[in-house]
Parts: sequence; C-alpha cells; structure tokens
Amino acid sequence: MAPALTGAFFVRGWTMDWSYIAAHVPDFLGGAWVTLSYGLIGVACSAVLGLLCSLVRVFRVPVLRALVRAYVELSRNTPLLVQLFFLYAGLPRVGVKLSAGACAVVGLTFLGGGYMAEAFRSGLEAVDRSQREAGECIGLTPLQTVRYVVLPQAFATAAPALFANMIFLIKETSMLSVVAIMDLMNVADTLRTGGGRTIEVLSMLVVAYVVILLPVSLLATFAERRMRFAGFGRQHTV
Amino acid sequence: MDTILQVRHIGKAFEHNQVLRDVSLELDEGRVLVVVGPSGCGKSTLLRCINGLEQIDSGEILLRGEVISGQRKNLHLVRQKIGMVFQSYDLFPHMRVMDNLLLGPVKALGRPKEEVRAEAERMLARVGLADKAGVYPRTLSGGQRQRVALVRAMLMQPEILLLDEITAALDPEMVSEVLNVVLDLARDGMTMVIVTHEMRFAEAVADEVVFLEDGCVVERNPPEVFFHRPETERAKRFLQSFDYAPRRRAAQPGANTAEEQSAP
Ligand SMILES: Nc1ncnc2c1ncn2[C@@H]1O[C@H](COP(=O)(O)OP(=O)(O)OP(=O)(O)O)[C@@H](O)[C@H]1O
Ligand SMILES: [Mg+2]
Repeated sequence: MAPALTGAFFVRGWTMDWSYIAAHVPDFLGGAWVTLSYGLIGVACSAVLGLLCSLVRVFRVPVLRALVRAYVELSRNTPLLVQLFFLYAGLPRVGVKLSAGACAVVGLTFLGGGYMAEAFRSGLEAVDRSQREAGECIGLTPLQTVRYVVLPQAFATAAPALFANMIFLIKETSMLSVVAIMDLMNVADTLRTGGGRTIEVLSMLVVAYVVILLPVSLLATFAERRMRFAGFGRQHTV
Repeated sequence: MDTILQVRHIGKAFEHNQVLRDVSLELDEGRVLVVVGPSGCGKSTLLRCINGLEQIDSGEILLRGEVISGQRKNLHLVRQKIGMVFQSYDLFPHMRVMDNLLLGPVKALGRPKEEVRAEAERMLARVGLADKAGVYPRTLSGGQRQRVALVRAMLMQPEILLLDEITAALDPEMVSEVLNVVLDLARDGMTMVIVTHEMRFAEAVADEVVFLEDGCVVERNPPEVFFHRPETERAKRFLQSFDYAPRRRAAQPGANTAEEQSAP
C-alpha cells in the first residue's frame, strides 16, 4: 500500500496504518460471525413470535389478544438497551439468571417480535375476507385456509416491512455488548479502548457492517420485486 | 327420490335487522331450485346460512337428514359436501389455475394429486379452458374466472351446489358462457340452489322457483307457473320490474305474439 498517498488526504501527516488493519482482520471476522449469528437467530425467533402474535390479533383470540396488544406496545416503545439491562441485571435479582447468550436472544426476540407482529398484521389484514371464505367453502379447515390461502398472500404484502425489520434487527445487535457478547461493536470497542488506533478500528467496523448488511439489503430488494411481480400473474413470469 | 336439503323455519338477524324470518325449503336429489327476490331480501344470507358461513338464530338445516346447523366444530366436513360459488369468483390470486383446482380435493379430501389433476384437466376442457391450467387468475377474463370457480367447486364432488349471482359481475357478453356451464351441470343431474337476476336463465334451469321477500317465502312454484301465471301480487310486481323490453316491443304491431307463443 502507499501510506504517503493515503495520508495526503488528511491533515498533519496522518496515515492509515494498513498493517494494523491486516493484523486485526481475524478479530473482526470473529465479531462479524457473532453479529451475524445473533442477528439471524434474533430475526428467526422474532419472525415466529411476530407471526403467532399477528394471528392472535387478526383472528381475535380472546384474552390472548389483549396480552399481545400490550406486548407489542411494550416491545416497540422501550429501547433494546433497557430491555437488555432488564434481562441481564434485573432478572437475577428475582432469581432468574440467564446466560449472556440467552439474554441476547431473548432481548432481540422481545424487541423484534413486536415489529414483526405489526408487519405480519398489515399483511394479513390486506387479504380480503372473501379469500378466507373461499378457502372454507372448498372444505379447508380454518388452519388450512390460513396456511394455503391467507398466509402466502399476506407474506407478499408484508415482505418489504419484514425485510426492513430484518435489517433493523441485525443492526440492533450492536447493543449486545452491554451483556458482554463479543459482537462487532464489542470487538471494536475493546480494541479502541485498549489503546488501538481509533480511525483504523472504526473504519473496519463500518466496512464489516456494510459487508454483512449490503447483501441482505440487495436480497430484500430482489425478493420484494419477485414477490410483488411474480406470483400474481404477470404474463412474463409464466 | 331422496331429499338432500331441508331448511326448516330458519330465522336470521343481523343486530336488529331481521333478514330471514321464517324460511323453509326442500330439495330433492338432482333438482334445481332457483331463488329470486328483490335486492336485500336475504337471498345471499340464505345461501350463506346453508353452508354455515352465517349461523342461524332459529330453525334447522338438514343435509341428507342430518342436522348441520348450529354446530361450529367440523364445519369444514359439512362444507366439503356443499359447494358454493360467489359473484366475486374469489379464486386464489397467488396460485395458478390448476393449483386453485387441486387445493380443495388434495388438502381437504386427501385425494391423490395425480388423480385429481387428470379430472381437473377433463373438467377444464369441458368448460372450454383446457389451455388455461398453467396461468394465474389475473390473466383471465371474468367469465373465464367464473368458469374456473365452478370447476373448483365441482371438483369437490359436492352433494349440492349453491350459486349466488355468479354472473352479476360479468360483462353481458360473458354471461352466457358461464350460464351454459350451469345448464350443463343441471342436465347432468347436479343438485343446485341458484340465486340469480337472469330471469330467462332462471326459467330455463329451474325445476322450482322460490320467491323471497321480507325474509319469507312468498311464492313457490314450478317455473312455468311462476314466470307466466304468478299466484301472488308481490311476485307479479317483482316480475314486472324486469319487463321493460317486452312492453316496449308490445307497442310494435306483431311483436308480442312471439312473446306469447313462448309461454306454455
Ligand atoms: N354481515 C352482515 N352484517 C350485517 N348486515 C348484513 C350482513 N350481511 C347482510 N346483511 C344485511 O342483510 C340484508 C340481506 O342481505 P343479502 O345480501 O342476503 O340480500 P340479497 O337478497 O342477497 O340482496 P342482493 O340481491 O342485492 O344480493 C341486507 O339488508 C343486508 O344489509
Ligand atoms: Mg346477494
């Protein structure tokens, strides 16, 4: 590399220390792996929780419906940081001790579940009631109707919101350092406060997040387009 | 002949709107019952009560002698025997025509897919849609969609088929292609309850006509009686509301003789 050339862009002869960067790539790879795993586990769990919650609301299950409502508001209107502190520092006081990993997954799921529930709900509500009746009129059980008739259509409508939530949740993993998870953010913080080179560390952090999230964003755009234009009968896809 | 459907003194209200007061019907196997009446008289509600989309408040409904009203569990088992097609077709937009057709027989009845597929292809061909199995409903015309909806209902091999104004949303030139399919089914001995505003079709397809008004059966007669010598004043008035064209033609000399000849 050419330190002098790079340095020319900055004041007072500052140069990017490429050897420092090269030496710490493995740390960031480890952090990226942790970020991505917690992010995806969180997305998967909150999608399941969100779907269940949205079904409870759309099908007006008594009692559960009120609980879900309260949960959604609680999860959307408190910061993840507070939720994590509650799990990590609060719960042990009442005798519930969760490992750091468990706190991370529960916290992300608690947060994401509320958002996912709202995304699914908007999708489900966009499916006309007559579709449900048509399904039941050909003798499907209510559950089969949901599975084969309502949900596929709801997914297509909800796809943009679901992908937005996915990206949001992966980014929220940057909060997990407060429960001592060695994610990207924590790796960077540890290096920096341990006397590492700040700009190099932060630059690597930015690059690492982009490398993780850009494919997800592109996938989202692609999938959204497919869902919107494929299944519903444009001639060119047939 | 076996009685398939018995509707006994059913009543149904939405809040304070008493839509059905006291309706009784009976339908034998292979017969076609046409229900007519002014808009809002409860025709759709009657059909929806029969297949359990609405719960009745009083009376009972029997299918082959078994009470089917009043139960909420296992409604799907009842509906497997009662086909229903609506004005709005309600095909599943995310599935190709063939998948629309396979869903009920395969998932609800558990029949082998290939067997149903072969049958579906035969029936599609019969309604003139042999080449449409692989397309999405959105690419079909209204008349084509409605024919697919009819095939979808028929593939369940229902004991009885309920049709609720299935041509009401169609452009005039597509009405006959759909009604011909229904006439065909009637000739094959399909038991049906048909709600329609197409009076000529009603006359052609019906074994019996029921005139519904204010939630009650006002008149019940064979079509040749109902359409030409209705017994009640209310039925007469109702039928006159369809009469613009013949009356205007009657003003032209010689035109009304043809009308009268068509009457038995
Ligand atoms: N789900 C419902 N909730 C409340 N009222 C309803 C509902 N469905 C129907 N009604 C009312 O019941 C009455 C009868 O409606 P229905 O649809 O059975 O009439 P119809 O005879 O089919 O009329 P049309 O010929 O216009 O289709 C109407 O006054 C309607 O407003
Ligand atoms: Mg109606």
